Amino acid sequence: MTAPTGLTGLSNTAAIRLIAGRELKVRLGSKAFRIVTLIMVIVVVALCIVLKLISGGSSGDTVGYTPANAAAAGQLPAVATAIGQTVHVKAVADDAAGEAAVRSGDLDALLTTGTNGQLTVVVKKNIDDTLKNTVNILAGQLAFDQQISKLGGDPAKVRAATADATATVRPLEPPFPYQTQQLILGIAAGVLIYMSLLLNGQSVAQGVVEEKSSRVVELLLATIRPWQLMTGKVLGIGLVGFVQILAIAVAGIIAGLSTHVLTISASAAVGTVIWLIVWYLLGFFMYAVVFAGLGALVSRQEDIGGVTAPALMFLIVGYVLGVSILPGDPSSHLMEVLSVIPVFAPTVMPMRLAMGGVAPWEAVVSIALVAALIPLLIWLAARIYRNAVLRTGARVKLGQALRAA
Amino acid sequence: MHHTGLEIDHVSKRYGDVVALQDMTFEVRPGELFGFVGSNGAGKTTTMRIALGVLAADAGEVRWAGAPVNLDTRRHIGYMPEERGLYPRMKVAEQLVYLARLHGLGAREATRSVDTWLERLGVAARRDDEVLKLSLGNQQRVQLAAALVHDPAILVLDEPFSGLDPVAVDVMSEVLTEKCAHGVPTVFSSHQLDLVERLCDRVGIVRGGHMVAVGTIDELRAGGSDQLVVHAPDAPADWADALPGVTVARLEAGRTVLELKPDADDQAVLRAALATGPVHEFARRRPSLTELFREVVSEHTHTDAPQGRAA
Repeated sequence: MTAPTGLTGLSNTAAIRLIAGRELKVRLGSKAFRIVTLIMVIVVVALCIVLKLISGGSSGDTVGYTPANAAAAGQLPAVATAIGQTVHVKAVADDAAGEAAVRSGDLDALLTTGTNGQLTVVVKKNIDDTLKNTVNILAGQLAFDQQISKLGGDPAKVRAATADATATVRPLEPPFPYQTQQLILGIAAGVLIYMSLLLNGQSVAQGVVEEKSSRVVELLLATIRPWQLMTGKVLGIGLVGFVQILAIAVAGIIAGLSTHVLTISASAAVGTVIWLIVWYLLGFFMYAVVFAGLGALVSRQEDIGGVTAPALMFLIVGYVLGVSILPGDPSSHLMEVLSVIPVFAPTVMPMRLAMGGVAPWEAVVSIALVAALIPLLIWLAARIYRNAVLRTGARVKLGQALRAA
Repeated sequence: MHHTGLEIDHVSKRYGDVVALQDMTFEVRPGELFGFVGSNGAGKTTTMRIALGVLAADAGEVRWAGAPVNLDTRRHIGYMPEERGLYPRMKVAEQLVYLARLHGLGAREATRSVDTWLERLGVAARRDDEVLKLSLGNQQRVQLAAALVHDPAILVLDEPFSGLDPVAVDVMSEVLTEKCAHGVPTVFSSHQLDLVERLCDRVGIVRGGHMVAVGTIDELRAGGSDQLVVHAPDAPADWADALPGVTVARLEAGRTVLELKPDADDQAVLRAALATGPVHEFARRRPSLTELFREVVSEHTHTDAPQGRAA
């Protein structure tokens, strides 16, 4: 009897494609995946609409004034503008009518004259700090005008002369002009990439353990090599995550631009999405192979959390520091350093890139370091995976899995 | 020697200080159904895992048709692991097509083969159900289908009969016999020795990671003594004690089981039995595989030191 020739050998690519294909089919077809993706798209779109409604509704404070204070109130909008606030003024018949309007919420504050002839502001409970500032500056200006008039000058002339007298600032290292929108975009990018890495990275570990706990891995490894199985799984799940993050990012950008919540240029928006995808892929492959290797050490789904915790820590620390420091201090030194360290780069760098102000060399170095680390991690993870994936039962020690030939 | 079948040649494996296999050697010839028997932990599963390349041997070689088994030849093996393994949340047919394709079948061929085997094994109605929704017996049938869908040239089945109902046992036996008839060397392990005796051309008895007896049932019997079962209800307990070359093995439900030396005269036994009164049964019995197994295993228990636990 001779060896039958009916079965053609399976090339590496064919084997990996089959395995990745199964992951895609099973995961894209699963109800849980569709629901999660749909919910995330809805949340992003809803967020844009909510932001739109909020920004449309709040257009500054409205301050009422009694006839006696008409002159002072006339200056109020200009004073507010000078310190970056918006205040509208509205005439009321008398104190009683004004107070009623403040009580009902129609007015945020009422300018009136106190018993001692001083400028007085009536509010419902508390005055907010910016409005208080505005009125204080107004009061100061009124006192100033009075003194100028007393000395025989013309307050209007003095004001015109002082208005233009500002010092010229010449920065040696011009700071990047961060825009609020880009900061928000950066946070959104951070949240999205963190969730994607977390969910899909965990999926890889769960997939490895599923094959181990159901023992199907023994059947699979009788036909394909361990590294083919690991590679196919990581690629398949990575592709699923790619589809998901792309859908969410595109939905978010379209919603943002069409509701005019985002007023950045379309090219800047596309740039953000591209960076997001690049960093998702880099981060995913970096973390997923580690999760695959670590997952192979245990045989039960309950043990995944414990065994992947060390790798997860880097992911979480990068993300948490990023979202807590960057919005307040986008040019933080610490974050600049973290964003080029490979283990933190996938969460921190996309936030910084979306916020803007990243030096080209930083972007290049961070990508290069991660890209250099990935092959090393693949080698390590493949070794752990190969040595541990068939050992069911107790958790395999990491050192043992690395040592065993 | 032709070296056309599956050869396990002096394979050894140890886990630390524990010897799992020591010089395990046997051959499964084309068209032969080989029964692999032994106590739990004797090394059957380890041997099969090594043959499938799932485990690496410390020494020795597994060959097929004279050449060492590698990943490409392994795709021609149909394997049923002891620990049954299928994706619990994947549909039956989808899963089998996937496994067939991993063995190198094209998509259309795989689908056709899966349909054939699901029909044949009586689980065609469950083709679109997830595996975990099937009864254990049906999962076992699907597992067998997984070993057969790629039309394997060798079958290695670890405990294929465990957990099967009598109908499924018949289907499984039929399939194995048919595969063998097509020239496929088939090796399976089992604790159901009556089944092994009925089905197998040759049997290997393994103990402590070592093959202690291998051959046809008749070959295994050779050298052992024949048994005679006599039912003589009125006979006194010591009726056969004086007969030359005859020893009383045991009493079984009123019958006396005698062991005869090769030169003993069975007619003398019959006369002695008739002398005690009526004889309702007088039959020569050849030892069953179960008895042979007990004999072989206990014999070696006395002669070698225990070699420790083996997988």
